[in-house]
Order: sequence, then structure tokens, then C-alpha cells
Amino acid sequence: MDLSNADSLAYHVPELVLAGGSIVVLLLDLFTRLKARLGEVALLVVATSVLAVGFGAGADQGYLFNRMVALDSFALFFKLLLGFAALGAIWMSTGSRELDGEHPGEYYSILLASTVGMFYMASATNLLTAYLALEFVSLTSYILAGFLRHRARGAEASLKYLIYGGVASGAMLYGFSLLYALTGTLDFIELGHRLSTVAAVPGNGAILFIAVVLSLAGIGYKIAMVPFHQWSPDVYEGAPLPITAFLAVGSKAAGMALLIRFFYPALSSPAGDGTWIALHGVGWPALMSVVAMATMTVGNLTALRQQNVKRLLAYSSIAHAGYMLMGFVVLSDAGLRAILFYTVVYYLMNLGAFAVLLLVVNQTGREDIEAFRGLAWRGGAPAAIAMLIFLFSLAGLPPFAGFIGKAYLFAAVIEQKMWLLAFVAAANSVVGLYYYARVARAMFLDQPLAGDPEIAVDLSNGLLIGMLLAGTLVFGLWWTPIVNFADRSLVFFGN
Amino acid sequence: MSMTTVGLAHYLVVSVVLLCLGLYCVLTRRNAIGVLMGIELILNSAGINFVAVSRYGSAGFDGQVFAVFIIMLAAAESAIGLAVVLGIYRRMRAIDTSRLTTLQG
Repeated sequence: MDLSNADSLAYHVPELVLAGGSIVVLLLDLFTRLKARLGEVALLVVATSVLAVGFGAGADQGYLFNRMVALDSFALFFKLLLGFAALGAIWMSTGSRELDGEHPGEYYSILLASTVGMFYMASATNLLTAYLALEFVSLTSYILAGFLRHRARGAEASLKYLIYGGVASGAMLYGFSLLYALTGTLDFIELGHRLSTVAAVPGNGAILFIAVVLSLAGIGYKIAMVPFHQWSPDVYEGAPLPITAFLAVGSKAAGMALLIRFFYPALSSPAGDGTWIALHGVGWPALMSVVAMATMTVGNLTALRQQNVKRLLAYSSIAHAGYMLMGFVVLSDAGLRAILFYTVVYYLMNLGAFAVLLLVVNQTGREDIEAFRGLAWRGGAPAAIAMLIFLFSLAGLPPFAGFIGKAYLFAAVIEQKMWLLAFVAAANSVVGLYYYARVARAMFLDQPLAGDPEIAVDLSNGLLIGMLLAGTLVFGLWWTPIVNFADRSLVFFGN
Repeated sequence: MSMTTVGLAHYLVVSVVLLCLGLYCVLTRRNAIGVLMGIELILNSAGINFVAVSRYGSAGFDGQVFAVFIIMLAAAESAIGLAVVLGIYRRMRAIDTSRLTTLQG
């Protein structure tokens, strides 16, 4: 199926709903007195969009808008996940004190627009759409990261994000232009066909390698991959907490989707037995394997000495990007399935940890580990237990979902006999356990001081934490439905 | 290709030079506006590549369209960039990036 512009619209309902919703929210803010209810409106818009994505499951697959956008199971999987990430972020925003009275119209409108951009990142099949989608998400994220303008940290985070992002996307564009110069096409699939002949010409290998590395800068920066990760701790710390959660979960998943879509159809080809063959002469799997090891190690080692929990979770999310990249470098369907599964698990446990942090920040105004001191003994026992489970799941301990996610990633790596990668990841998991346990120790073993406020769990945040907790627990014991869904989602472009 | 006619290679050399100048600018400038201008140079170097390849190669019109999008998005990025810089200037009375050190570690 290869539809023209007008015919594509019928298959494009989720994006249209989000884009329309973004404008409606802005208009409601301008012309009505619904300011306090805009969060609910945004929630409704995303929920409608997610439903529309869901109803599209099982429909025809192929290309939309003259091969600019793909309509396939892979895109559907990530759109569902990104929709849920947006739902979580908006839900958290409605219950966040730091966002009270902060221009809700603009805030929710830009958040919805950012989600549209992520949808396109997950379904781009052309260098042009990939660039537009990536840039769309970046531009909206710059604004959201600096949304609390009265805070010095917010403005600083926004500028750092903008500078790193601008350079990364500029480098990526240059890489794209080299790919275009070498092949004369922007289409991912066509690129894959032509690159195999281009790579065979002596002398092209070096240019192709430079093009791939430069292209990687733009996409790698979105998933906070070493060495393009420097922005992420600063931005995560300076941004409003729901936005931090949205960037950590949504932006990362969308970046992962684009990374897979770009590298798998364009820079490798299926071997037929569930493995993939990388484009000859570029050697990107070896490069990415080094990058994966560096990413998890840098993330974990730097997380060790963090006092701010938001910043600690930022470094932990860098480490998790490293784990996910393990599934990317093994060049097998098992690895891709493990990534997809891990993004779901990561969504549940990471958003959960942020939701508990939001609860603490709301009532203490602080983000450091000290704010968690004796959380279990001052009214926050349910929250503390939930946080413990989220942290243990992030550390990869059984019987939680994080363990299953990691098990699939390790299995994919060991299947391809990449022992060094497996060893580095195992060592990193041990390091990770240490800093997650630090937060846990503060919550349970430290006693609260006299001045520490009571932490009560309110209904809205409690409900969100409860749902994420249920997911983390249930998928730790009964994970086959998600794995099967991930398996079915490995269909690119209806092939 | 003779040296007297301007061909694809000349454009590619210009774009590489522009890319290097842009990167140099981003890495050395302390002034936030200067850094944004460096980013602008990088984006335009890629734009030159797209247009030149589209003009001299057999690749059709895609590159030209891509260049138009680059110009458009560069403008959007500058608008947001300048807004952010303005916000920082209002707060700190300076736009020196080396003074932005609240977030570290």
C-alpha cells in the first residue's frame, strides 16, 4: 500500500487528533475560563489519539504521503507507548505544584505538539521526515525544558539543550547530505538498496563512515547516548518534573524507534533466519557496541555520586539507554524484540519513580536524597514501598518487570556470543544496584528529623503510581503478552 | 573537471569549510548569540550540500526541497534560541555561556 496525500488522511487520525487538540487547548485558554481544566482536556485528546492508534491495529500496512511516513506494526507499537508516555506526563502535570499557574494553555499545547513530533519520529521512512520530526520534538522540548522561567535552572537548562541540540542536529543534517550525495535518494529503503553498491566502491567507505557517525549524532543525542549525553543531566534537573519524565521516557523511546528504523532497513539487510547483516565496510555494529558499553558505564558511574534524585534518575536513564543499545548491536530479531519489550518496562518503572519523586517534591519542595529521609515513617509508607519496587525493578532485580527486560537483552547478547558486552553490562548492573539502594536506604533505614514534613499520598498521584506499580509487578510475572506484542511489532513497512 | 568552471566539488569544499567554521564558532564563542550563529553556519553548510548535489547530480529535486525545509527550521530554531537568550539576559544581565554554571556534576 502506497497512498498519496489525500488518501493518507484516513489512516492518519491519531496525529490529526493530537495536532487539532494542541490548537483547541490553545484556543480554550484564550477564549474561555477553563484554565484549571486544560490538563483534563489534554488528557482526553491523548486518550482519543491512543484509542485511534489502537483501532488502527490490524489494518493495512504500507506507506502514507507518497512514502514519507510508514504505517506499520513497528510504528503502531511506538505510537501506543509514546501516547501512554504523554498520558503519564500530562497526568503528572495536573498534580504538580511547581506548574501551578504557569500558563497551562501554552504548556499543554506544546506538550501535545511534542507528542505529534514523536509519533512522526516513530514512523519516518525518509531522511526529510526524520529530520523534520526530530527537529519538531527538539524545538518543543527546548521550550518545555525552560518552562519555569522564574527559575534560573530552567533557563540554563533550556539554553544548554538548545546549543547541544542545534549542533547535534546540524551534524546529523550534514551526515544526511553526505548520504544523499552518495546515493541520490532520501528514502530509507531505497537508501539501503543503493548503499550496498555504493559501499563496494573503493574510497567510499571512509565518507560513508563519516556520514553514518554524523547522522548518529542527531539521533544519539535524543536517546542521550555517550558522547552526546552531556545535555541530559542538566536538562533533566532544570526542567519541570513531568517534562523530565516525558523526555526520559517518550523522547528516548522515539529516538530508539528512529535509530532502529534508520539503521535496520537502511544500513543492514535481513539474512532471513532472524539475524541481520550490517552494510559491508561501515562497521557500525562494532562502533555501537563500544558506544553501548561507554553509555552504561558513564551513566552508572556518574550516578553514584549524585545527591539530587532527579539528577540521579537522569544518569540512570543514560545507563538504561546503554542497556537498550545492547539489543541494537546484536543484529538479530531477538535483540530488537528485547529493546521493544524493555521500552515498555522502562516506561512503567521509570515513570513510576518520577511519580513518587513528584509526590515528595510537591510536599517538601526538595529533590535531594535528604528529602526522602525516613519517608516510610512519616506517612509515606505506600509511596516508599512503591518507590522501592520501582528502584529494584530499575536495578534489574527479580521478580519485577525490569528483571525480565534485562534478561531478554542479556539473552540476545549471549545468543550472539558477545561476551565482553554481556560482562560489562553485568558489572554495570551491580554498580546500578548500589545507587538505587542508597535512595531505598534513605527511605527505610534513616529516621526522619523533627522538621521533616508528613508526606501524604493524594488520590490523583496515588492512582498513577498504583497503575504503574501494577504494571511493574504484573509484567514481572506474566510477560508473554508484551513479548508477543513486541514480536508482532517487528514488521517494518508491511514486509 | 577543469579549474575554470564551478562544479560540484567546489560547492562541497565550501560546505566543508563552512561546517568547520561553524563548529569552531560553537566551540570557542562564549557569547550565546555567537554560539547560535555557529549553529546557523552548520545548518547552512548542510543546505549547500543538498542544493549542490541536487543541481549537479541525477538525484532530482529532493535536495532542493530539503534545503527549503532547513532554512525554515533554522529560522524557527533561531526564534526559540533568541527567546531563551533574552530570558537569560533579563535574569542575569549577561549572555556569557561560561557563567551558566548552576547545573553541574
